Amino acid sequence: MLTKRIIPCLDIKDGRTVKGVQFEGLRDAGDPVALAARYAREGADELVFLDITATNQKRATLIALVRDVARELDIPFTVGGGIGSVADVEALLLNGADKVSINSAALARPELIDELAARFGSQCIVVAADARFNAADGWQVYTRAGTHNTGRDAVQWCREAADRGAGEILLTSMSNDGTKDGFALDITGAVSRAVTIPVIASGGAGSKQDFTNVFQQAQADAGLAASIFHFGEIGIRELKEHLRQDGIPVRL
Amino acid sequence: MEIAVVDYKGGNVQSVLFALERLGVQATLTADHEVLRRADKVLFPGEGEAASAMQELRAQGLHEVLPTLTQPFLGICLGMQLLGQHTQEGGGTDMLGILPFDVVRFPALPEYKVPHMGWNNLQTLNSPLFEGLSAEDYVYFVHSYYAPVGEYTIAEAAYPAPFSAAVQHENFYAVQFHTEKSGPVGTRILENFLKL
Repeated sequence: MLTKRIIPCLDIKDGRTVKGVQFEGLRDAGDPVALAARYAREGADELVFLDITATNQKRATLIALVRDVARELDIPFTVGGGIGSVADVEALLLNGADKVSINSAALARPELIDELAARFGSQCIVVAADARFNAADGWQVYTRAGTHNTGRDAVQWCREAADRGAGEILLTSMSNDGTKDGFALDITGAVSRAVTIPVIASGGAGSKQDFTNVFQQAQADAGLAASIFHFGEIGIRELKEHLRQDGIPVRL
Repeated sequence: MEIAVVDYKGGNVQSVLFALERLGVQATLTADHEVLRRADKVLFPGEGEAASAMQELRAQGLHEVLPTLTQPFLGICLGMQLLGQHTQEGGGTDMLGILPFDVVRFPALPEYKVPHMGWNNLQTLNSPLFEGLSAEDYVYFVHSYYAPVGEYTIAEAAYPAPFSAAVQHENFYAVQFHTEKSGPVGTRILENFLKL
Protein backbone atom coordinates (compact mmCIF):
# COMPACT_ATOMS: atom_id res chain seq x y z
CA MET A 1 0.00 0.00 0.00
CA LEU A 2 1.29 3.45 -0.88
CA THR A 3 2.19 5.27 2.33
CA LYS A 4 1.81 8.90 3.37
CA ARG A 5 5.17 10.64 3.32
CA ILE A 6 6.89 12.64 6.06
CA ILE A 7 9.28 15.20 4.63
CA PRO A 8 11.68 17.31 6.67
CA CYS A 9 12.51 20.54 4.88
CA LEU A 10 16.00 21.96 5.04
CA ASP A 11 15.85 25.69 4.40
CA ILE A 12 19.35 26.69 3.39
CA LYS A 13 20.98 30.07 3.75
CA ASP A 14 24.71 30.50 3.20
CA GLY A 15 25.22 26.73 3.39
CA ARG A 16 23.48 26.29 6.78
CA THR A 17 20.00 25.08 7.68
CA VAL A 18 17.72 27.78 8.98
CA LYS A 19 14.04 28.11 9.73
CA GLY A 20 12.26 31.37 10.05
CA VAL A 21 8.95 32.25 11.61
CA GLN A 22 6.80 33.40 8.70
CA PHE A 23 10.01 33.81 6.68
CA GLU A 24 11.54 36.39 9.03
CA GLY A 25 13.93 36.21 11.97
CA LEU A 26 16.00 33.28 10.70
CA ARG A 27 17.66 30.97 13.24
CA ASP A 28 20.60 28.69 12.61
CA ALA A 29 19.65 25.00 12.96
CA GLY A 30 22.65 23.11 11.70
CA ASP A 31 24.72 21.54 9.00
CA PRO A 32 22.54 20.35 6.10
CA VAL A 33 24.56 17.25 5.22
CA ALA A 34 24.57 16.04 8.84
CA LEU A 35 20.85 16.76 9.15
CA ALA A 36 20.07 15.00 5.87
CA ALA A 37 21.88 11.85 7.00
CA ARG A 38 20.20 11.95 10.42
CA TYR A 39 16.73 12.24 8.88
CA ALA A 40 17.38 9.38 6.46
CA ARG A 41 18.40 7.15 9.39
CA GLU A 42 15.37 8.17 11.45
CA GLY A 43 12.95 7.19 8.70
CA ALA A 44 12.23 10.38 6.76
CA ASP A 45 10.58 9.44 3.46
CA GLU A 46 12.06 12.26 1.46
CA LEU A 47 13.84 15.56 1.99
CA VAL A 48 13.26 18.99 0.55
CA PHE A 49 16.21 21.27 0.32
CA LEU A 50 15.29 24.92 -0.32
CA ASP A 51 17.88 27.60 -0.92
CA ILE A 52 15.78 30.41 0.49
CA THR A 53 18.26 33.12 -0.37
CA ALA A 54 18.54 32.19 -4.01
CA THR A 55 15.59 34.08 -5.42
CA ASN A 56 16.06 37.32 -3.55
CA GLN A 57 19.76 37.56 -4.14
CA LYS A 58 19.72 36.05 -7.64
CA ARG A 59 22.29 33.53 -6.44
CA ALA A 60 22.79 30.20 -8.15
CA THR A 61 21.65 27.21 -6.09
CA LEU A 62 24.45 25.57 -4.17
CA ILE A 63 25.45 22.78 -6.53
CA ALA A 64 28.33 21.60 -4.35
CA LEU A 65 26.07 21.23 -1.33
CA VAL A 66 23.51 19.31 -3.43
CA ARG A 67 26.27 16.95 -4.45
CA ASP A 68 27.39 16.41 -0.87
CA VAL A 69 23.82 15.68 0.23
CA ALA A 70 23.29 13.30 -2.70
CA ARG A 71 26.48 11.43 -1.90
CA GLU A 72 25.30 10.86 1.68
CA LEU A 73 21.59 10.27 1.18
CA ASP A 74 19.83 7.02 0.23
CA ILE A 75 16.33 8.53 0.10
CA PRO A 76 14.95 10.94 -2.53
CA PHE A 77 15.36 14.67 -2.25
CA THR A 78 14.01 17.76 -3.94
CA VAL A 79 15.97 20.96 -4.48
CA GLY A 80 14.40 24.39 -4.86
CA GLY A 81 15.25 28.05 -4.66
CA GLY A 82 16.03 30.39 -7.52
CA ILE A 83 15.50 27.82 -10.27
CA GLY A 84 14.61 29.67 -13.45
CA SER A 85 15.74 27.70 -16.48
CA VAL A 86 16.14 24.31 -18.11
CA ALA A 87 19.90 24.67 -17.58
CA ASP A 88 19.44 25.23 -13.81
CA VAL A 89 17.37 22.06 -13.56
CA GLU A 90 19.78 20.02 -15.61
CA ALA A 91 22.71 21.03 -13.38
CA LEU A 92 20.82 20.03 -10.21
CA LEU A 93 19.66 16.68 -11.58
CA LEU A 94 23.14 15.89 -12.90
CA ASN A 95 24.54 16.48 -9.44
CA GLY A 96 22.17 14.06 -7.76
CA ALA A 97 18.92 15.88 -7.03
CA ASP A 98 15.90 13.64 -7.65
CA LYS A 99 13.39 16.44 -8.18
CA VAL A 100 13.43 20.20 -8.47
CA SER A 101 10.94 22.62 -7.06
CA ILE A 102 10.10 25.78 -8.98
CA ASN A 103 8.12 28.70 -7.65
CA SER A 104 8.61 32.34 -8.68
CA ALA A 105 9.97 31.51 -12.14
CA ALA A 106 6.90 29.39 -12.92
CA LEU A 107 4.59 32.20 -11.91
CA ALA A 108 6.56 34.71 -13.98
CA ARG A 109 6.51 32.42 -17.01
CA PRO A 110 4.19 29.41 -16.63
CA GLU A 111 5.45 27.85 -19.90
CA LEU A 112 8.61 26.94 -17.96
CA ILE A 113 6.61 24.08 -16.38
CA ASP A 114 5.74 22.68 -19.83
CA GLU A 115 9.36 22.96 -20.97
CA LEU A 116 10.76 21.24 -17.88
CA ALA A 117 8.18 18.44 -17.96
CA ALA A 118 8.88 17.79 -21.64
CA ARG A 119 12.63 17.77 -21.12
CA PHE A 120 12.97 15.89 -17.82
CA GLY A 121 9.57 14.25 -17.25
CA SER A 122 6.81 15.34 -14.89
CA GLN A 123 8.05 13.04 -12.14
CA CYS A 124 10.89 15.39 -11.20
CA ILE A 125 9.06 18.72 -11.50
CA VAL A 126 7.55 20.00 -8.26
CA VAL A 127 5.68 23.29 -8.38
CA ALA A 128 5.84 25.08 -5.03
CA ALA A 129 3.05 27.52 -4.27
CA ASP A 130 3.17 29.86 -1.27
CA ALA A 131 -0.40 30.82 -0.39
CA ARG A 132 -1.73 33.38 2.07
CA PHE A 133 -5.31 33.98 3.12
CA ASN A 134 -7.06 37.30 3.28
CA ALA A 135 -10.75 37.82 3.86
CA ALA A 136 -11.31 39.89 0.72
CA ASP A 137 -9.62 37.66 -1.88
CA GLY A 138 -9.34 34.23 -0.21
CA TRP A 139 -6.16 32.19 -0.73
CA GLN A 140 -3.71 33.90 -3.10
CA VAL A 141 -0.25 32.94 -4.31
CA TYR A 142 2.85 34.90 -3.25
CA THR A 143 6.36 34.87 -4.70
CA ARG A 144 9.89 36.08 -3.93
CA ALA A 145 10.05 34.32 -0.56
CA GLY A 146 6.60 35.57 0.31
CA THR A 147 7.11 39.26 -0.35
CA HIS A 148 5.02 39.70 -3.50
CA ASN A 149 1.31 38.99 -4.03
CA THR A 150 0.71 37.67 -7.56
CA GLY A 151 -3.04 38.16 -7.23
CA ARG A 152 -3.56 34.62 -8.46
CA ASP A 153 -6.03 32.27 -6.80
CA ALA A 154 -4.13 29.38 -5.19
CA VAL A 155 -6.44 26.56 -6.36
CA GLN A 156 -6.54 27.87 -9.92
CA TRP A 157 -2.77 28.22 -10.06
CA CYS A 158 -2.15 24.70 -8.73
CA ARG A 159 -4.60 23.31 -11.28
CA GLU A 160 -2.82 25.18 -14.08
CA ALA A 161 0.57 23.91 -12.87
CA ALA A 162 -0.74 20.33 -12.91
CA ASP A 163 -2.24 20.77 -16.39
CA ARG A 164 1.10 22.10 -17.65
CA GLY A 165 2.92 18.98 -16.47
CA ALA A 166 3.95 19.42 -12.84
CA GLY A 167 4.41 16.05 -11.12
CA GLU A 168 3.66 17.28 -7.61
CA ILE A 169 2.47 20.39 -5.75
CA LEU A 170 4.25 21.68 -2.65
CA LEU A 171 1.64 23.89 -1.04
CA THR A 172 2.83 26.16 1.77
CA SER A 173 0.37 28.17 3.78
CA MET A 174 2.20 31.35 4.70
CA SER A 175 -0.66 32.18 7.02
CA ASN A 176 0.21 29.07 9.06
CA ASP A 177 3.97 28.86 8.49
CA GLY A 178 5.92 29.06 11.74
CA THR A 179 2.79 29.26 13.91
CA LYS A 180 2.74 25.56 14.96
CA ASP A 181 -1.06 25.82 15.00
CA GLY A 182 -1.50 23.09 12.39
CA PHE A 183 -1.63 22.87 8.62
CA ALA A 184 -4.14 24.92 6.60
CA LEU A 185 -6.69 22.16 6.13
CA ASP A 186 -9.12 24.13 3.96
CA ILE A 187 -6.73 25.20 1.19
CA THR A 188 -4.80 21.92 1.31
CA GLY A 189 -8.02 19.95 0.87
CA ALA A 190 -9.23 22.27 -1.89
CA VAL A 191 -5.97 21.90 -3.86
CA SER A 192 -5.79 18.15 -3.27
CA ARG A 193 -9.30 17.72 -4.66
CA ALA A 194 -8.60 20.05 -7.61
CA VAL A 195 -5.57 18.18 -8.99
CA THR A 196 -4.80 14.53 -9.79
CA ILE A 197 -1.10 14.80 -8.83
CA PRO A 198 0.28 14.40 -5.28
CA VAL A 199 0.11 17.35 -2.89
CA ILE A 200 2.64 18.03 -0.13
CA ALA A 201 1.18 20.08 2.72
CA SER A 202 3.51 22.59 4.34
CA GLY A 203 3.32 25.32 6.93
CA GLY A 204 2.05 25.18 10.50
CA ALA A 205 2.96 21.70 11.76
CA GLY A 206 3.33 21.80 15.54
CA SER A 207 2.10 18.41 16.75
CA LYS A 208 1.73 14.80 15.66
CA GLN A 209 -2.03 15.28 15.54
CA ASP A 210 -1.54 18.07 12.96
CA PHE A 211 -0.18 15.44 10.55
CA THR A 212 -3.07 13.06 11.25
CA ASN A 213 -5.47 15.91 10.50
CA VAL A 214 -3.86 16.94 7.21
CA PHE A 215 -3.86 13.33 5.97
CA GLN A 216 -7.37 12.47 7.15
CA GLN A 217 -9.16 15.77 6.63
CA ALA A 218 -7.29 17.39 3.72
CA GLN A 219 -6.24 14.32 1.68
CA ALA A 220 -2.59 15.44 1.59
CA ASP A 221 -0.17 12.88 0.17
CA ALA A 222 2.76 14.12 2.22
CA GLY A 223 3.39 16.43 5.17
CA LEU A 224 6.40 18.73 5.30
CA ALA A 225 7.90 20.51 8.28
CA ALA A 226 11.19 22.02 9.36
CA SER A 227 11.66 23.44 12.84
CA ILE A 228 9.80 20.74 14.78
CA PHE A 229 12.24 18.23 13.31
CA HIS A 230 15.39 20.37 13.38
CA PHE A 231 15.02 21.21 17.05
CA GLY A 232 14.03 17.66 17.99
CA GLU A 233 10.54 18.61 19.20
CA ILE A 234 9.00 15.65 17.35
CA GLY A 235 10.98 12.56 16.30
CA ILE A 236 10.16 11.16 12.89
CA ARG A 237 9.76 7.63 14.21
CA GLU A 238 7.40 8.62 17.03
CA LEU A 239 5.41 10.71 14.54
CA LYS A 240 5.03 7.73 12.23
CA GLU A 241 4.04 5.43 15.10
CA HIS A 242 1.35 7.94 16.04
CA LEU A 243 0.10 8.04 12.44
CA ARG A 244 0.00 4.25 12.22
CA GLN A 245 -2.08 4.11 15.43
CA ASP A 246 -4.46 6.54 13.76
CA GLY A 247 -4.83 4.13 10.83
CA ILE A 248 -2.69 6.10 8.37
CA PRO A 249 -0.38 3.98 6.19
CA VAL A 250 3.27 4.86 6.86
CA ARG A 251 6.64 3.26 6.25
CA LEU A 252 8.14 2.18 9.58
CA MET B 1 34.56 -6.58 -10.67
CA GLU B 2 33.78 -4.25 -13.60
CA ILE B 3 30.47 -2.44 -13.20
CA ALA B 4 29.12 -0.40 -16.10
CA VAL B 5 26.28 2.11 -15.89
CA VAL B 6 24.69 2.84 -19.27
CA ASP B 7 25.17 6.49 -20.23
CA TYR B 8 22.37 7.70 -22.50
CA LYS B 9 21.48 10.99 -20.79
CA GLY B 10 18.77 9.00 -19.05
CA GLY B 11 18.23 11.15 -15.96
CA ASN B 12 19.82 11.12 -12.56
CA VAL B 13 22.50 8.47 -13.08
CA GLN B 14 24.50 10.29 -10.42
CA SER B 15 22.23 8.80 -7.73
CA VAL B 16 23.03 5.29 -8.96
CA LEU B 17 26.76 6.05 -9.04
CA PHE B 18 26.60 7.43 -5.49
CA ALA B 19 24.64 4.37 -4.28
CA LEU B 20 27.32 2.09 -5.73
CA GLU B 21 30.00 4.29 -4.19
CA ARG B 22 28.35 3.86 -0.76
CA LEU B 23 28.72 0.09 -1.31
CA GLY B 24 32.41 0.62 -2.03
CA VAL B 25 31.96 -0.18 -5.72
CA GLN B 26 33.57 1.92 -8.44
CA ALA B 27 31.40 1.99 -11.57
CA THR B 28 32.05 3.30 -15.07
CA LEU B 29 29.46 5.54 -16.72
CA THR B 30 29.70 4.63 -20.39
CA ALA B 31 27.98 4.29 -23.76
CA ASP B 32 30.96 2.44 -25.23
CA HIS B 33 29.72 -0.84 -26.73
CA GLU B 34 32.89 -2.77 -25.92
CA VAL B 35 33.04 -1.58 -22.30
CA LEU B 36 29.40 -2.61 -21.86
CA ARG B 37 30.00 -6.06 -23.40
CA ARG B 38 33.07 -6.62 -21.22
CA ALA B 39 31.57 -5.54 -17.88
CA ASP B 40 30.71 -8.09 -15.19
CA LYS B 41 27.47 -6.28 -14.39
CA VAL B 42 25.48 -3.60 -16.23
CA LEU B 43 23.09 -1.13 -14.63
CA PHE B 44 20.56 0.71 -16.77
CA PRO B 45 18.95 3.55 -14.80
CA GLY B 46 16.42 5.87 -16.29
CA GLU B 47 14.13 8.73 -15.61
CA GLY B 48 12.08 10.96 -17.81
CA GLU B 49 10.24 10.28 -21.00
CA ALA B 50 10.37 7.05 -22.99
CA ALA B 51 10.32 8.44 -26.56
CA SER B 52 13.31 10.75 -26.03
CA ALA B 53 15.16 7.99 -24.16
CA MET B 54 14.65 5.58 -27.11
CA GLN B 55 15.82 8.29 -29.50
CA GLU B 56 19.05 8.68 -27.54
CA LEU B 57 19.57 4.90 -27.30
CA ARG B 58 19.14 4.58 -31.08
CA ALA B 59 21.47 7.53 -31.74
CA GLN B 60 24.20 5.69 -29.83
CA GLY B 61 23.46 2.25 -31.29
CA LEU B 62 22.60 0.99 -27.80
CA HIS B 63 19.22 -0.35 -28.96
CA GLU B 64 21.19 -3.07 -30.78
CA VAL B 65 23.84 -3.69 -28.12
CA LEU B 66 21.75 -3.90 -24.94
CA PRO B 67 19.53 -6.84 -26.06
CA THR B 68 22.67 -8.89 -26.85
CA LEU B 69 24.29 -8.51 -23.42
CA THR B 70 24.73 -11.74 -21.46
CA GLN B 71 25.98 -10.63 -18.02
CA PRO B 72 23.60 -9.77 -15.12
CA PHE B 73 21.78 -6.59 -16.14
CA LEU B 74 19.63 -4.35 -13.91
CA GLY B 75 17.13 -1.88 -15.35
CA ILE B 76 15.85 0.77 -12.94
CA CYS B 77 12.58 2.75 -13.29
CA LEU B 78 12.39 3.96 -16.91
CA GLY B 79 15.28 1.56 -17.47
CA MET B 80 12.83 -1.23 -16.67
CA GLN B 81 10.01 0.08 -18.87
CA LEU B 82 12.38 0.47 -21.85
CA LEU B 83 12.98 -3.31 -21.79
CA GLY B 84 9.35 -3.86 -22.85
CA GLN B 85 7.83 -3.93 -26.34
CA HIS B 86 5.77 -0.77 -26.50
CA THR B 87 4.61 2.09 -24.26
CA GLN B 88 1.61 4.41 -24.42
CA GLU B 89 3.94 7.26 -23.41
CA GLY B 90 4.75 9.93 -26.01
CA GLY B 91 1.73 9.01 -28.14
CA GLY B 92 3.00 5.43 -28.47
CA THR B 93 6.65 4.39 -28.61
CA ASP B 94 8.34 1.13 -29.59
CA MET B 95 11.03 0.08 -27.12
CA LEU B 96 13.86 -2.46 -26.78
CA GLY B 97 11.61 -5.55 -26.82
CA ILE B 98 13.75 -7.66 -24.47
CA LEU B 99 10.71 -8.57 -22.34
CA PRO B 100 7.20 -9.24 -23.67
CA PHE B 101 5.23 -6.57 -21.76
CA ASP B 102 3.53 -3.40 -23.00
CA VAL B 103 3.69 -0.33 -20.74
CA VAL B 104 0.42 1.50 -20.01
CA ARG B 105 -0.61 4.58 -18.04
CA PHE B 106 -2.21 4.37 -14.59
CA PRO B 107 -5.91 5.19 -14.85
CA ALA B 108 -7.04 8.41 -13.16
CA LEU B 109 -8.97 7.17 -10.12
CA PRO B 110 -10.20 9.25 -7.20
CA GLU B 111 -7.70 8.93 -4.31
CA TYR B 112 -5.05 7.37 -6.57
CA LYS B 113 -2.95 10.26 -7.79
CA VAL B 114 -0.73 9.92 -10.86
CA PRO B 115 2.28 9.72 -10.73
CA HIS B 116 2.34 6.83 -8.26
CA MET B 117 4.84 8.59 -6.02
CA GLY B 118 6.26 7.44 -2.72
CA TRP B 119 6.98 4.31 -0.67
CA ASN B 120 5.04 1.15 -1.42
CA ASN B 121 5.62 -2.43 -0.27
CA LEU B 122 6.72 -5.35 -2.44
CA GLN B 123 4.63 -8.50 -2.64
CA THR B 124 5.05 -12.03 -4.01
CA LEU B 125 8.81 -11.71 -4.04
CA ASN B 126 10.27 -14.39 -6.26
CA SER B 127 13.94 -13.85 -7.05
CA PRO B 128 17.41 -13.96 -5.50
CA LEU B 129 17.28 -10.18 -6.07
CA PHE B 130 14.99 -9.98 -3.01
CA GLU B 131 16.93 -12.32 -0.72
CA GLY B 132 16.36 -11.24 2.88
CA LEU B 133 13.31 -9.07 2.13
CA SER B 134 9.62 -9.49 2.92
CA ALA B 135 6.25 -7.90 2.13
CA GLU B 136 6.89 -5.57 5.10
CA ASP B 137 9.66 -3.85 3.18
CA TYR B 138 9.04 -0.58 1.35
CA VAL B 139 10.73 0.90 -1.70
CA TYR B 140 10.43 4.26 -3.45
CA PHE B 141 8.41 4.60 -6.66
CA VAL B 142 7.87 7.56 -9.01
CA HIS B 143 6.10 6.68 -12.24
CA SER B 144 2.95 7.34 -14.25
CA TYR B 145 3.19 4.26 -16.50
CA TYR B 146 3.52 0.62 -15.49
CA ALA B 147 4.09 -2.90 -16.77
CA PRO B 148 1.21 -5.29 -16.03
CA VAL B 149 1.78 -8.50 -14.10
CA GLY B 150 2.91 -11.44 -16.27
CA GLU B 151 5.00 -14.61 -16.13
CA TYR B 152 8.12 -12.35 -16.18
CA THR B 153 7.04 -10.63 -12.90
CA ILE B 154 9.33 -11.31 -9.92
CA ALA B 155 7.75 -8.80 -7.51
CA GLU B 156 4.41 -7.01 -7.41
CA ALA B 157 3.17 -3.80 -5.86
CA ALA B 158 -0.42 -2.54 -5.79
CA TYR B 159 -1.84 0.86 -6.82
CA PRO B 160 -4.64 -0.10 -6.33
CA ALA B 161 -4.39 -3.07 -8.73
CA PRO B 162 -1.23 -5.19 -8.78
CA PHE B 163 1.48 -4.25 -11.30
CA SER B 164 5.05 -5.40 -11.99
CA ALA B 165 7.40 -3.90 -9.41
CA ALA B 166 10.20 -6.06 -10.82
CA VAL B 167 10.65 -8.31 -13.85
CA GLN B 168 13.18 -10.80 -15.15
CA HIS B 169 14.03 -12.61 -18.35
CA GLU B 170 17.25 -14.66 -18.32
CA ASN B 171 20.08 -12.26 -17.34
CA PHE B 172 17.84 -9.17 -17.62
CA TYR B 173 16.53 -8.05 -14.23
CA ALA B 174 14.66 -4.81 -13.77
CA VAL B 175 12.88 -2.89 -11.02
CA GLN B 176 10.24 -0.19 -11.41
CA PHE B 177 11.21 1.48 -8.14
CA HIS B 178 14.33 3.52 -7.41
CA THR B 179 16.42 0.92 -5.62
CA GLU B 180 19.25 3.49 -5.34
CA LYS B 181 16.90 5.74 -3.31
CA SER B 182 15.07 3.15 -1.22
CA GLY B 183 17.08 3.33 1.98
CA PRO B 184 18.55 0.12 3.49
CA VAL B 185 16.02 -2.04 1.59
CA GLY B 186 17.17 -0.63 -1.74
CA THR B 187 20.79 -1.05 -0.73
CA ARG B 188 20.14 -4.73 0.04
CA ILE B 189 18.64 -5.23 -3.43
CA LEU B 190 21.68 -3.61 -5.06
CA GLU B 191 23.96 -5.86 -2.98
CA ASN B 192 21.92 -8.90 -4.01
CA PHE B 193 22.26 -7.88 -7.66
CA LEU B 194 26.01 -7.47 -7.38
CA LYS B 195 26.18 -11.04 -6.02
CA LEU B 196 24.30 -12.59 -8.97
